[in-house]
Order: sequence, then structure tokens, then C-alpha cells
Amino acid sequence: MSDKVSDLAQDSSKSGRLASLIKKTAAEKVEPEDTVLVWPNLVYLELICSMVAVAIMLFLSLVSPAPLEELASADTTPNPTKAPWYFLGLQELLVYFDPWLAGMVLPTMIIVGLVLIPYVDPNPRGKGYYTFSERKFSMLGFGFGLALWWVLIVVGVFFRGLDWSWYWPWDDWHYHQPAGAVKLVDLEIILQNLLGLSESPLVTLGRYAITTANLITWVLFLAFYAVGFTVPFLFFRDFYRRLGFVRYNLVMVMFISMMGVPMKIFVRLLADVKYVLVTPWFKI
Amino acid sequence: MLNLLQKIRAIVNKTQVFKSIFRHGYPDTDGNRALVMFSNVILHLHPVRVRRGALKIKFTWCLGGLTFLFFILLAITGVVLMFYYVPDTRRAYNDIRDLGTVIYFGSLFRAVHRWSAHAMVFSVWMHMTRVFMTGSYKPPREFNWVVGVILLVTTLVLSWTGYLLPWDQLALWAVTVGSKMAEATPFIGAAGPFGPELGFTAENDMAFALLGGTVVGQSALLRFYVLHCLALPLLMALFIAVHFWRIRKDGFSGPL
Repeated sequence: MSDKVSDLAQDSSKSGRLASLIKKTAAEKVEPEDTVLVWPNLVYLELICSMVAVAIMLFLSLVSPAPLEELASADTTPNPTKAPWYFLGLQELLVYFDPWLAGMVLPTMIIVGLVLIPYVDPNPRGKGYYTFSERKFSMLGFGFGLALWWVLIVVGVFFRGLDWSWYWPWDDWHYHQPAGAVKLVDLEIILQNLLGLSESPLVTLGRYAITTANLITWVLFLAFYAVGFTVPFLFFRDFYRRLGFVRYNLVMVMFISMMGVPMKIFVRLLADVKYVLVTPWFKI
Repeated sequence: MLNLLQKIRAIVNKTQVFKSIFRHGYPDTDGNRALVMFSNVILHLHPVRVRRGALKIKFTWCLGGLTFLFFILLAITGVVLMFYYVPDTRRAYNDIRDLGTVIYFGSLFRAVHRWSAHAMVFSVWMHMTRVFMTGSYKPPREFNWVVGVILLVTTLVLSWTGYLLPWDQLALWAVTVGSKMAEATPFIGAAGPFGPELGFTAENDMAFALLGGTVVGQSALLRFYVLHCLALPLLMALFIAVHFWRIRKDGFSGPL
């Protein structure tokens, strides 16, 4: 940085600056690495790269032209209705979450989370080179989110057929999968039956009749976040100290929410739970 | 032969027309190779010299540049496609079909447009992954990462709006899936949490604003067309300019 400033200060006139950039006299060899002229070295590399990319695009276009299906019609719904591949991760989330979560809140959180990354990563190491050992948490955290995203896309593209059912590549994709005998149940109903709790509400707030089981699901839901916030705070003091109060809370709310997505998926797949938290206004 | 070409070039380089355009000789000397960076608006995006490490493909994988290239390809093919397309539900589908049957190279232009769109989404994603993996978002480049996120979102919305234009079954229903999600937006969607409580119905909510109606119809097609061909590309170009400008000001991270 200071090099740059002094460089600018020295060469206030354009010709002087030019001369210093072109000539490499012994006195000017202060740069850490030796440099090369952009023309021809980098410009030609870009040209070759572009030509290869354009050639690949032309080849793909000739081999596989753009498809055109039948005229749009509101009367016939294709089965399955698939969004473009880059949105199939979100569409796959619709299996496990309501549209307000899968289509709006989770994508918004992904975007906000991405924007926050440079502001909540105080680690000065690992800038400008590939390293895992010097920034394990950020690599694992980002890698996990990325992997989750790609897995959902791959499932949506290659394993979802009629009625959005699961199809293996060797299944016959023209036949509907038999409707499963599985009945999805809300977590509060499971708890209610399991613990023999009363169905009558404890309190009624307008439309919201709060039963004991419903209260327990609230406690479990908030405990998920509470434990997630507290454990690193208590046992990874260094982690907390490095981030500070504001950064820590931002990181944890994003990280715990991200971990909540596969957790809900597992709870759904293993215990046939439809919603973990039910209110008259939203269900999670 | 080579000698003759050099002689011709020497004469051409001295003409008033050549000098008025390029202002210096062909970049085969160090002096002219530096000057070309100063006098050409596109090449000016580069510095005059880069560190030798900048030529390492295994650091950047050329992903940012490729994303930009795909954007250029999309702009060029997109302009050509616009000559043959009218965003009217009664003829949009036939216009697209004509591209494949009666218009010279129509199918090719449409295919390149489609493949470049897929490639751009993919490469912008890979570019972000690479930037994360090399920690290139770290100070002083935080804000350029944010600009990058804006470019990612713009790319996705551009792709999505373009999806509707052929007006076939794929288009209509892929966009219907998306508009169902817009309907479920918390607070401002008719089917979203607290939406109805706040007075939002199918005729004034988020999805209505997006589609210009309650279903994917003529208004939606026109909206998506204008967004796809005008508003979003302009936004994109603006943020690309900021993105490149910042890279130029901050320099590259790492071995570049």
C-alpha cells in the first residue's frame, strides 16, 4: 500500500509514471515479484480463453439447440413442473418447508449471509491464496452451505419425477410412484400423543389457541437457537473474542439457521414430521 | 513476404488516420505496449504491468472474465433475438418457433443465448466460490464482494425473466412456480405470514406487482420482457463497471 502511494507521489506527471512502469532499472526493482507487461502476456491469455469459451458455446449450441415445448396453456399443468436448474434447490426445499420459507425467507437469508461474509470474518490470514488450515471455520461453514445447495439442485434435477416423487435413474419415469403410506404429522401432535398431554388450550390469543404441546415446540425451537448461541460462547471463548459481540451474533444467527435446514429435512425424513412449529400465521 | 507486411505496416502506422485512432505504433515495443493500455478504453481496465503470478490460471480459473464474456455474448445474441420477437402472448410463441424454421441462423442465436445464460449462472457461482476460497473478499475488498452478490442476484433474475419469454409450457409453469413463492412473501404476500392481516390480497400483493395481474398473462410477459431486455441489463452493466473499477483500484489479491 505504501509502495503504491509513494509510487503515485513520485510520478505525478504522466510521462514520468509511464517511464517508471516501462523501464525496469536497478533502482526501481523494489517490487516483491517480477512483473510482466499486460500486453501481450495477459491480453493474449484472455483472448485465448475467450476463444475457447466461445467455441464451446457454439459447439454446445449446434449439438443441443434450445428446446421449445408446446404453446403455454393455463389448462394443462405439466407434471412435474420444474423451474430452471439453478432454482431447483429452492424448489426442492418446498418439499420440506412452506413457500414463504423456501421461496422467500431462506433465499433472502442466503443473500444477506453472503453480503455479511466479508464483514464478519476478521481473520486476516488466507487472503490471496488457497488455504484450509488457516481459516477452518469459514471454509467449513461456507463449504457446508455450498454443498447443501448443490446437493439440493442435483436431487431436483436428476431424482425428481412425476408428482415431485423420488425417481432413481433406472426407474420408469412414465409411471407414478405408488403413494406412500407415510402420513406426515406435526411435531406438537406427536408430543401430545407421546406425553399424553391435553388437547385443550392453555391460553387463547385471538386465533391462536396455545396448547401445552404447542408451548413445548416453541421451547424446543427457541432452545435450538439458544443452545447454538451459548455453546460456542461458553466453550470457544477465543472464537467469541475474535468476533466480538455484534459479529458473533450475526454469524451465529446465520450459521444456526443454515444448520436448521438439514435438521428439518432429517426430522421430516426420519420421523415423518410435517411442521416443527405451528401458529395460525406461519408454520415451520 | 513478412518483410513486405512489415513495410506496409510501417507506412500504415504513419498515416494520419491510423495515428488519429491509435495514437501510437503497433504494440510490439515496450513503450507502445504500455501506451496501448492508456489509449484504449477497454484495455484501460488492465494495469500496464502485472506480477508474473497473474498469468497463473490455477488461481482465478479465468472465471470472472468468463462471466463477463458470457454477458457480452448474451447482449449480442439478445439484441439479434429482439429483432424477431414481440412480447405479445398471441405471437411470442410463434416468433420463437420462427427462429428455428424461417430465420437464418435464428436457431443458432437462440441456442447460444440459452447456453451462455446457463454458463453465466454457473460461472458467476464458481467465480464467487473461488473468491471465497482464496479469501479475496477480505479488506480492502469487502464492498466489491457485495457488488458481486448484487451481480449474482441480477444474473439469476435476468435468467428467470428470460425463461418466460418463449411463452411455451416450460416458460409459463416455471414462472408460475416462482410467482407462487412471491405470493407467499411474509408481510407483503397474500398467502404469506401476516400478509392477509396487513390487508394484502391477490390483487395488491407482491406477486401482483411482479406479474401485473393475478395470473401469468400479457402483463407479466411485457413486464418480464422490459426487465429482461432493458432494466436489468442496464443495472448489470452499471454494477459490472463498479465491480471492475474497484478491482482496478484495489489491485488483485494474492499472487496477481
